[in-house]
Amino acid sequence: MTALLSRNETLVAVVIALFCIVASLSDPNFFTVTTLSDLLRASIVLGILAVGAMLVLISGGIDVSFTAVAVSAMYIATKTALTFWPDMPWQLIFMLSILTGAGLGAINGLFIAGFGLPTLIVTLGTLSVFRGFLLTFVGSERISALPPEMREFSRMMIARGTTQGGDFYSLPWSLAALAGVIVLTAVILHKTMLGRSIFALGGSVESARRIGIDVRRTQFFVYVYAGALAGLAGILHGSMGRMADPFSLVGLELSVIAAVVLGGARLIGGYGTITGTLLGVGLIVLVQNSLIVIGIPSTWQSVTIGALILLGTGLPAWQAKRAAAREG
Amino acid sequence: MNLPETGALVDMRGVTKRYGGVTALEGVDFTVAPGQAVCLAGENGSGKSTLIKILAGVERPTEGEIRIGGKPMTGLDPRKAAAAGVMVIYQDFSLFPNLSVAENIAMSRDLNAGRRFFDRRAAQGTARAVLDRIGVDIPLKARLETLSVAHKQLVAICRALACEARLIIMDEPTTALTGREVRALLGIIRLLKDQGVAVVFVSHKLAEVLDVSEKVVVLRNGCKVAEGPANTFDAASLTRHMTGRDVPEISPGPYAGSGETLMKVDRLQKSGAFADVNFGLRRGEVLGVTGLLGSGRTSLAKALFGLVRPDTGSITVDGHPVPLGDPMAAAAARIGYVPEDRLTEGLFLAQSILRNVTVGRLGAHERIGFLDRPALENEAQGWLTRLKVKASSIAAPVQSLSGGNQQRVVLARWLARAPRVLILNGPSVGVDVGSKAEIHDIIRDLGAKGLGVIVISDDLPELIATCHRILVMKGGRMVDEIASGTVSEDELAQRLAS
Repeated sequence: MTALLSRNETLVAVVIALFCIVASLSDPNFFTVTTLSDLLRASIVLGILAVGAMLVLISGGIDVSFTAVAVSAMYIATKTALTFWPDMPWQLIFMLSILTGAGLGAINGLFIAGFGLPTLIVTLGTLSVFRGFLLTFVGSERISALPPEMREFSRMMIARGTTQGGDFYSLPWSLAALAGVIVLTAVILHKTMLGRSIFALGGSVESARRIGIDVRRTQFFVYVYAGALAGLAGILHGSMGRMADPFSLVGLELSVIAAVVLGGARLIGGYGTITGTLLGVGLIVLVQNSLIVIGIPSTWQSVTIGALILLGTGLPAWQAKRAAAREG
Repeated sequence: MNLPETGALVDMRGVTKRYGGVTALEGVDFTVAPGQAVCLAGENGSGKSTLIKILAGVERPTEGEIRIGGKPMTGLDPRKAAAAGVMVIYQDFSLFPNLSVAENIAMSRDLNAGRRFFDRRAAQGTARAVLDRIGVDIPLKARLETLSVAHKQLVAICRALACEARLIIMDEPTTALTGREVRALLGIIRLLKDQGVAVVFVSHKLAEVLDVSEKVVVLRNGCKVAEGPANTFDAASLTRHMTGRDVPEISPGPYAGSGETLMKVDRLQKSGAFADVNFGLRRGEVLGVTGLLGSGRTSLAKALFGLVRPDTGSITVDGHPVPLGDPMAAAAARIGYVPEDRLTEGLFLAQSILRNVTVGRLGAHERIGFLDRPALENEAQGWLTRLKVKASSIAAPVQSLSGGNQQRVVLARWLARAPRVLILNGPSVGVDVGSKAEIHDIIRDLGAKGLGVIVISDDLPELIATCHRILVMKGGRMVDEIASGTVSEDELAQRLAS
């Protein structure tokens, strides 16, 4: 019971539930299918980015460059399609974006796994480099005339309609992309030796090396995979927003890392769950979109998110400290 | 010793290792038979770690040949050594705190088998089988970080067994264990030997494992200086071979100070840690505090220096009360504290010896806002000479020193502040035999100079060698007080465990 209570997942789920209760009390229109579908849509890009960031945190590193990777991959793929083959099928555009993301991730991986540089330093550097490169050499104008196939994709819905109460809802196919990412990542993390090696790496690099885990290859994979997810998130962001904006996404990285940390991943590495990460994303999205519903001005968003991080990470740490003090 | 050399599991001949111009090992022969337990003893720098690294394939020998199971091993690397059944359990166990017990045990085996997919059930099966093999029950799903040190060590042993180890090399296996845990470990070692698994203990604290060992090999300065059946060695002869000289431990004799009370602890209590602790410390007295792990001795040590805040009670030094739970106030009352884990609590490892010694003396050497650097250096140099720290210069980083010398640097820092009461928590943990005797000399000498010294330790010979009086803690209470010279080590051990 105490084990369950001291888990971040439980804490975040309770906060989400409380938030929803308060929100639906202060606004009866809050608890509707429309709100739910809006929140789900808003969670897609953040969710995919968060899963990538979680993988990096589990491996014992930190990645702050993924937003730059996402926006670069999205913009490069869109512009390539527009320049060479405006009618390029959306599957191909997506693939292009994912591969570009993976390639940029490989640059992170090269510095981190290849040269053994600290992850924060490397990704802080590449965050600036990738974005600067994009704006200088690829382009800095917002493109609203997307390739028709991308616009087509954004109109494809798993379900849409109006409830009997007259609430409009729609679930885009990009939600399936998030689901796919979740399943794939869960399989990698829990069913493959590679995934277990990522956890092992985060637990202790030296021990991992001693039992024969190829530390460099594992690290390299982590950054390439995180890059590929960023590429996917980027192109989804572009097509759902119906605009390729090279100035978007960058700046979100700390919110995403906040979501992952809220969900129980530890900065020291080795800990993190997909459930926790998704709950963390859910909470951040709720705060970003619905704080206003419960009567808190939107300028309080960052204060709330910050307070939640302090609470969500501070409480388990404080409990652990108390337990340690009792042992003596 | 007449071993059938042909049947040897490990046969190392004429192994020499040179690093640049330094010879770490010189023509060492080392054999282990199946199911045999061998003690490999030596001080820090004797070459025992190098020998083990060569056997585990981590280092390549400059000269010499290695046979494992009769097969000559050329170009031995960690994977080949592991495949041949040689497993090393390092002092830190090299486990994964964030993974389950089952996974910690099964992972190496799965990796060695070249598996790509992970099967949690199969891992639990593997783990269950090896745990049963050594007759131990540890919850398979528990996270490793929640286990005690002794259980972690068992998990490390199980991991080696899961990989079909034929030889398990254990680096300093007993350092972190209590007496009872050591006995449990020895039982398991006997079981493994019966199953044909050989064990090599690498340690400078071997008296405890002599019982289960057949053979002892002692290295000194890279050479083998003694080898023979374990029953021909005892603690004293081991020490003699390791250091090359007699290090007789003398007890401090009866207390001969003025009898004036220096420090008084009155009804100190901390819920969950210790209760109703009363004692006095006289000027020039060395007072021992001992107890098993979990008896509250560590919390008490920290409480005396304000690192743990007691709920009630009082501490006075020279009649003046010391505020509780405030290390700054304790330091101002001239109490010094040398922590148990000097690596994480006591030293700035990457910084110079000079900075480490003088960090508490910056205020005293300040001249109108600037540091008087020559004076600082002189003082540091003075202490290093008095405590016989072996170092190239005071600018060398502390992490380049041996354990014994690091401990002296911590001592020097506190002595530079001229304390009245010095609390030493585990003063010789991780220190080799020769340095240990010298640290004991220093402690006795501090007492003779009129300091009050409190030694907190579970190393009973150490307490007997340094203390005038020994207090025994159990379940957070002082249960026994023993005057020096009235007990032997065995009696003390019994009173501790009873």
